[in-house]
Amino acid sequence: MGQADLAVTRAQIEDFLYREAALLDAWQLDEWLALLTEDATYRVPSNDAPGADPRAALFTIADDIARIRARVTRLKDRSAHAEYPPSRTRRIISNVRIVGEEPPRAEANFVVYRFRRNEDVRQYVGHYKYEFRVVAGKLLIAKREAVLDAMELASLGAVSFIL
Amino acid sequence: MRLVVNESLRFEVHRSALADPAVHELESRRIFERCWIYVGHESEVRAPGDFKTRSVAGRPVIFCRDSAGRVRVFLNTCRHRGTLVCREREGNAERYTCFYHGWTYDRDGALYAVPGQGAYPPGFDKNELALKEPPKVAAYRGFVFLNFDAGAVSLDEYLAGAREYIDLVAEQSPSGEMEVIRGTQEYDIKANWKLLVENSFDDYHLLSTHSTWLNYLKNAGVEMKRPAKGEMLPAHGVGKDLGNGHGVVDNVNFRGRPVARWIPIYGEAAKPEIERIRAELVRRLGEKRAARVADTNRNLIVFPNLVLNDGSSVTIRTFQPLAPDRMRVSAWALGPKEESATARAVRLDSFLTFYGPGGFATPDDIEALEAVQAGMAAWREVPWSVMSRGMAKQGEQLNTDELHLRAFWIQWDKLISR
Repeated sequence: MGQADLAVTRAQIEDFLYREAALLDAWQLDEWLALLTEDATYRVPSNDAPGADPRAALFTIADDIARIRARVTRLKDRSAHAEYPPSRTRRIISNVRIVGEEPPRAEANFVVYRFRRNEDVRQYVGHYKYEFRVVAGKLLIAKREAVLDAMELASLGAVSFIL
Repeated sequence: MRLVVNESLRFEVHRSALADPAVHELESRRIFERCWIYVGHESEVRAPGDFKTRSVAGRPVIFCRDSAGRVRVFLNTCRHRGTLVCREREGNAERYTCFYHGWTYDRDGALYAVPGQGAYPPGFDKNELALKEPPKVAAYRGFVFLNFDAGAVSLDEYLAGAREYIDLVAEQSPSGEMEVIRGTQEYDIKANWKLLVENSFDDYHLLSTHSTWLNYLKNAGVEMKRPAKGEMLPAHGVGKDLGNGHGVVDNVNFRGRPVARWIPIYGEAAKPEIERIRAELVRRLGEKRAARVADTNRNLIVFPNLVLNDGSSVTIRTFQPLAPDRMRVSAWALGPKEESATARAVRLDSFLTFYGPGGFATPDDIEALEAVQAGMAAWREVPWSVMSRGMAKQGEQLNTDELHLRAFWIQWDKLISR
């Protein structure tokens, strides 16, 4: 196989991101975990420090794989009160761009609409930064960062679901 | 009408205190214009000209360092016709220029230039038109407060018993200097601000509200004292009234501390570093004081709206009432200035396990507060909340009792009812 055969196409990345979004919107969190490498990270930086390093700056979320799994365990528990009853979300993913090849890296814009009972819709707007790894022929997420555009969380409140 | 009933074995708070716009208005005048209100930490403005803009007690302020290196607080409003003179979140300013008509102030607040000044009548004096400052600004161990009451007692006197707990924070740094770490968590809660006061040092809610967080610790191999049947976690903590409405829960540590008690969540690689920090602490403070600093967790309330959560991390949390049923929370991580990169990473990671809008516990607290606020809509039919835990007890009160909550409310009632 030549180099060209190994390259991941934008169509593949888009299919992958749409599938991931569908799993998260459906709260199929165990299936979502299967999209991650064994050393994956998931981060949401503080709104006023979007380019920072979580070892040196306070983030909203800076999970290693153990914490991601614990987050899923928590969210599946009815005692995760902030997400019980679970909110409804609808993710719109767009402007997907491949920004690196070895390893494959992509960025995409997102709008996540979040609905809870008797509450106005909350709109989480921003961009994703992904780093992928091909493991046994399968594309997996090695790094996943959701950067919010809001200047502060303010009326968005908590990020209690997986953004 | 009294909003707080305090009798020998009965303590109740009237729910209108959490819902009524008239009470909210009264608080603005009698509490937020009378008490020392937290502005920021000295480390946030290091160099002359450094500034942060924020809202304190509903006022826009510029928190900054002047050309002489002094920390200053200016009301962020042009003396001309009122425009904000600084609209950026943070930065370093040589001057503050009002963009509307071009009035310009220097970094010491003095009015420096007025375009077309000649058109003003005689008697127009730039010296009388410097940026306004609150009547009082003072700091205790790096924590800067303002007071809109020129007749207020000194900050030291005001802080009363809270000083001891702020000292315990400062002593975690070899030089006594702590610093605010980059990254601000700013989020709204659709609840009355006093509900967050209660929540911040209410250990009664830990088991029922935070079971998923306790499970997380347990699954991560953290050894926890199991509570005896009928007891509440964490065992052997106490709740204290520190005077002037301040209060604290002072607990035996089971959840780790960056300074300096290792738990498995920190990872094996961080163990030597935490042990080194502990050794420095013991050398500097002696065994006994080091244990006081490093083996207890303290959640401190400085009346009315500053919280220092001094445990699995050191969190500065302050909140501004926006409406009877809404507040804006700002939270920062605080660490020793000299902290190594490894220890800093442990601190920030430890912060996020529990705290913040993406943590494993704070979102459930927010949910609890918003659920309380929703319940407040029935305050006319169900007017009283019960806050009498521990009242029949002599002597020491537990962290799961409500003595410290009552201390807050008694001071609140004193200020509101006069």
